[in-house]
Amino acid sequence: MLSEAGRFFSMVSPVEFFFGTVWDPRFAAAGSGDASGQFGLLPLLGGTLYIAFVAMLFAVPIGLFAAIYMAEYASPRLRSTAKPLLEVLAGIPTIVYGFFALVTVGPFLRDISTQLNGLLTGNYQNFIQAQSVLTAGIVMGIMLIPFVSSLSDDIITQVPRALRDGSLGLGATRSETVKKVILPAALPGIVGALLLTASRAVGETMIVVLAAGVAARMQLTPFEPMTTVTVKIVHQLTGDLEFTSPQTLVAFALGITLFVITLCLNIYALYIVRKYREQYE
Amino acid sequence: MTDLASPTVRVSTRPAETRRDIGIKRRYAAERRFRVYGISAITLGLLFLALLLSTVVSNGYTAFLQTTITLPIEFSEKVIDPKNERSTDAKQLMTANYPLLVRDALVKQLGLDATKRPQVKQATDMVSASARTQLRDMVVADPSIIGKTVPVTLLAEANIDSAFKGQIDLSVAETNRKVKDQQVAWMNQLADAGVLKKSFNTGIFSFGASSRPEAAGVGVALIGSLYMMLIVLVLSLPIGVAASIYLEEFAPKNRLTDLIEVNINNLAAVPSIVYGLLGLAVFINFAGMPRSAALVGGFVLTLMTLPTIIIATRAALKAVPPSIRSAALGLGASKMQTIFHHVLPLAMPGILTGTIIGLAHALGETAPLLLIGMVAFVVDFPGSPLEPSTALPVQIYMWANEAERAFVERTSGAIIILLIFLVFMNLGAILLRRRFERRW
Repeated sequence: MLSEAGRFFSMVSPVEFFFGTVWDPRFAAAGSGDASGQFGLLPLLGGTLYIAFVAMLFAVPIGLFAAIYMAEYASPRLRSTAKPLLEVLAGIPTIVYGFFALVTVGPFLRDISTQLNGLLTGNYQNFIQAQSVLTAGIVMGIMLIPFVSSLSDDIITQVPRALRDGSLGLGATRSETVKKVILPAALPGIVGALLLTASRAVGETMIVVLAAGVAARMQLTPFEPMTTVTVKIVHQLTGDLEFTSPQTLVAFALGITLFVITLCLNIYALYIVRKYREQYE
Repeated sequence: MTDLASPTVRVSTRPAETRRDIGIKRRYAAERRFRVYGISAITLGLLFLALLLSTVVSNGYTAFLQTTITLPIEFSEKVIDPKNERSTDAKQLMTANYPLLVRDALVKQLGLDATKRPQVKQATDMVSASARTQLRDMVVADPSIIGKTVPVTLLAEANIDSAFKGQIDLSVAETNRKVKDQQVAWMNQLADAGVLKKSFNTGIFSFGASSRPEAAGVGVALIGSLYMMLIVLVLSLPIGVAASIYLEEFAPKNRLTDLIEVNINNLAAVPSIVYGLLGLAVFINFAGMPRSAALVGGFVLTLMTLPTIIIATRAALKAVPPSIRSAALGLGASKMQTIFHHVLPLAMPGILTGTIIGLAHALGETAPLLLIGMVAFVVDFPGSPLEPSTALPVQIYMWANEAERAFVERTSGAIIILLIFLVFMNLGAILLRRRFERRW
């Protein structure tokens, strides 16, 4: 993979790749050497991080509250049914989520925005596209809920009993115990878990291929389509192209970038989790 | 001084019980709010699960029913082989005008005037174009059928199928829908006569790819997935178990093995699409293996599953208490005998559970397969893992990109099939764990 990426960088300079703001790989006619278009990584990276951010915004509160409730409040019976059921969400293939986004969530958001716009301004025009950052983010968020909740659940239950009993014995309510004692104690572990989840969101492919769109642009509104690194890898490589053109070789450069990003997130997460673990053992 | 004292004075005038309540109410309200957040988070999560599954099921259960039309087809020699050349020219049977047979039978059944062409065309459009190959295959398989009249069950065209299942809104203006009023009338007429009816759709399991929804199925994709799962099982189980045994029982604890351990944990979290790129670069570009082949797909999925299996196997080996090892060694068993006769059998349920979960994960994986060319329109069944094939999740991806209503139904149907497989695999893993779980 490195050698393929190396071949790409021999054709397109790394500076242009990493700092270019325009993604426009034209399919050059045979023989015309330099009309190969621009390969700017930034719009793709921006889309990837934006969608991952929306997904985390959606998944973290739900996952964290679910984990806290299951660890601190739930009766064993509720816990033994709700936990496996939530984990079913993690076992569903991502292509199924993509399909769900495509036929249910996307059209639903589009229609609801049409109604909302009509009620507010009288102009029945949808302001949320069916394929948008929001659609992909929400569906990816649903996928991430079980990751956040089961990882956080493990970490919260690892907090020693004595801390909990001490806080409750001093007259704190359960929610005060959770907020003032357990969460601060579990924080490094939870941050590690969230980083692991984020790396999953960044590397996710099938949901964004079906729900995020293909337009490579940088923008701030979450209602328009945006594209990601993974979508472009798929698009550059599913076609009848030669393996020597920069249009296909760029996929390997994108793949290496993705690999490095997720690897850094994972290593940092493991480092944090390990550091935390030493406190109680 | 008086300023400071005055609130204390006011408080002390209150009855003692109210004084104690100060703040408690607020704190209890916060407590209740917190509980509600927790419950609503769990409810929301479960709601999404229910919504997801109900979308798939409500869209997809009709895919397992297919509208068929059973017509008495007259295999007339005049149409199939007018010049009686079939003994000399084998092509004659392949190229004969089979749609004409369907047309004649349908005209007879509906009592139409065969000379009114637009009307007849509308009627024949109700039968799937796949009828041609169906009749051809019947005749080629058994030429003696020529001259006889045999009732044949033909597939209804996809739009008629949707209309018969009540999925097409008939209140829309006739010009804006694909099923015409006349066709609906005929449909009801045929249904009353018992000719047109819904039956269990075996085609979705046996057909290959097709651009006609009624003739499309996941047969080829199932075979492709089966090949890949076999390859993954055959490769990753021995390699994974061997690697874990070495790491857990034999390897010295030094920086190198630490590094390997960290790497394996990281590999498990690498995005699956990167494995696809790796497979493309190594297996296809470097080693020159064929594209779209189940073999390459199997290799890529093996790479992806290995870390999962190694992690599960090591955990299972670690869970076997050292007393078993000590006892075996103390009775004079060699290290190999200890591991293979005592440790491994005890760790087996854990290993198998991990393997099944890894396989289930691999079965649902799509992204890496897209990159190695499994997005292919494959009609014929692959005879070996080297031939082009597709996989179940890839078939779902391809159908999800089709616009027709009937394909939405097929996509959901394929998802149901995939989910059923996954449910069985995971149930198997759970049962295995329940049955053999030991607490030391």
